[in-house]
Amino acid sequence: MSEEILVVENLSKTIKRKEIVKELSFSLRAGEVFGFLGPNGAGKTTTIRMLVGLIKPTSGSIKICGYNLATHFKEALNCLGCIVENPELYPYLSGMENLQHFARMLDHVTKERILEVVEMVGLENRVHDLVKTYSLGMRQRLGIAQALLGNPKLLILDEPTNGLDPAGIREMREFIRQLAKTNGLSVLVSSHLLSEVQLLCDRVGIISKGELLHVASVEQLLSEQERLIWRVRPAHLALQILQGYTEIKGESSDGLIITPYEEEKVSLWNRVLIEGGVEILEMHRRLPTLEDMFMEWTGGQSID
Amino acid sequence: MIKLIYNEMLKLVRKKRILVIILIVAALIPLFTYAQYKVAQTVEEKLGTTDWRATLQQQIIDTQNRLSSSRISDEWRKQIEIRLAQQQYYLDHDINPAVPGAPSFTRSFLDQAITLFLPLMVMVIAADLVSSEFSGGTIKLLLTRPINRWKILLSKYITMIFAVSFMLLVVSVLSSVISGLVFGYGGWTMPVITGFTVEGGELVTSQVSLLPQWEYLLMELGLVWFVCLVIGTLSFMLSILLRSTAAGMGVMLATLIAGAILTNMASSWESAKYLFMLNLQLTDYLAGMAPPVEGMTLGFSLSVLSVWGLAGLLTSFLVFTKRDVY
Repeated sequence: MSEEILVVENLSKTIKRKEIVKELSFSLRAGEVFGFLGPNGAGKTTTIRMLVGLIKPTSGSIKICGYNLATHFKEALNCLGCIVENPELYPYLSGMENLQHFARMLDHVTKERILEVVEMVGLENRVHDLVKTYSLGMRQRLGIAQALLGNPKLLILDEPTNGLDPAGIREMREFIRQLAKTNGLSVLVSSHLLSEVQLLCDRVGIISKGELLHVASVEQLLSEQERLIWRVRPAHLALQILQGYTEIKGESSDGLIITPYEEEKVSLWNRVLIEGGVEILEMHRRLPTLEDMFMEWTGGQSID
Repeated sequence: MIKLIYNEMLKLVRKKRILVIILIVAALIPLFTYAQYKVAQTVEEKLGTTDWRATLQQQIIDTQNRLSSSRISDEWRKQIEIRLAQQQYYLDHDINPAVPGAPSFTRSFLDQAITLFLPLMVMVIAADLVSSEFSGGTIKLLLTRPINRWKILLSKYITMIFAVSFMLLVVSVLSSVISGLVFGYGGWTMPVITGFTVEGGELVTSQVSLLPQWEYLLMELGLVWFVCLVIGTLSFMLSILLRSTAAGMGVMLATLIAGAILTNMASSWESAKYLFMLNLQLTDYLAGMAPPVEGMTLGFSLSVLSVWGLAGLLTSFLVFTKRDVY
């Protein structure tokens, strides 16, 4: 089934004459986990806040389950569950009261449904305690329970593993995967952690400085050609020479140059570099990680 | 909508705001009662009688003595002259202006509390209704429900009205009950004079009428309630504009105190009468005290407060429904 749950077209946001998000377009199919990857300040959170209706876009459209967010706010939000940044709930209420509070803001959420989501996130034992006594992991789970209350078709999670310990991260990852698989939920996850997105998502959209650089499936990304990584001195000279022979995939300020790996040509490149007076300190090949590719696309802009 | 209001009430109660206010009031009223009791005692000791006519006569003499002092400012002199005329009127018509008892105490307590004490309590309730959602981050959850923003704000506003009304009820009941323990519960039907008007610095008694005290008290409560709602609305607006409870309360507090100071200075600055802080003393119109700026009437003050209140409400809704939430 390739029903499109979320369609974003030419989404832009300008704040004080500064374009925070530029002409973003992408879509989410039913049952897929989509990773929204970018460094801090790339515009991820602004985009997500536009998707959930907290910020009005300057231009462009957002359609959730076919409903335009700007004109059919209620219908669109009915299909959506979300956590924006930290799951901030009312600390002076119990977990159960928090869920009931948000259930009252939706149509037709039964008592059974509340118990069901509590069970799904495994909070049965503590749900009647005050939220201020919860650990971060428990708050995160309560946040997800809250997002699932209304049986949404689309789940938007902003940095869902922020602040969790490794065990918590793994648990969260499995939980999200399971939701997508068994309940057919589409999930949009934002993250600045590449490893995270690589393990969790089906497709990845990479955003930098408000622009969507690349959208591809994780496998597709990883099935790319092997890379050759050069550590050379002086870098600018090596760059000049290599440009004449092959495509430069990326370079970084500390003298690293990334080119495709082509077995029959490597020795030739090597020779011309040495003849050109370049010192080769290191060269190795490897399958590119998302991190390498990110470096390539963003031109060396680092991920914190 | 009822569910939304229920949600807001639940949060208000569980945050213990209301409880704190009830405790403050319950702690302060015995204090005022004791002070009042002491005053009555001193007067009695001085005059050696409990006859109110003698007391009132003595008060009139005191007032006249003060008037003859040359160091009195003109504005103050006018106030005192009006006071004097009133006292004389009470004496001439053989009506006791202050039968000790729970209703009299409540009446004078509301008179005193309307400019600062009650607005302060209202502020404590109203100032964090919206800003606490911002500072707690829960606003993001609240505004991503399939409910229009204006409905969410309306539920909060209605909750504010309920809470303020409830607080006022608690204040008047507590002050009646607690002061009654000391002064007794009599005097509900005692006649009170109202309808004094001040024109050109003179007390006009042509429209004076007698009311039983309970009726007077109800009228007074109505006016106090109105003042509290306007203060509540303005705190509510600040709560939205500033998104911080502390900042909202600070601004409101500064405004109220500035108002209290200005009330004593404004008689020569006429346009100050359009400031809402100078129009809070509504109960003074009932009692026939001179207004802070000459020419102000009950109708004028009510309209000024209404305009401020409506403007605050409109601003609140416009800003809240349009604003981007970060």
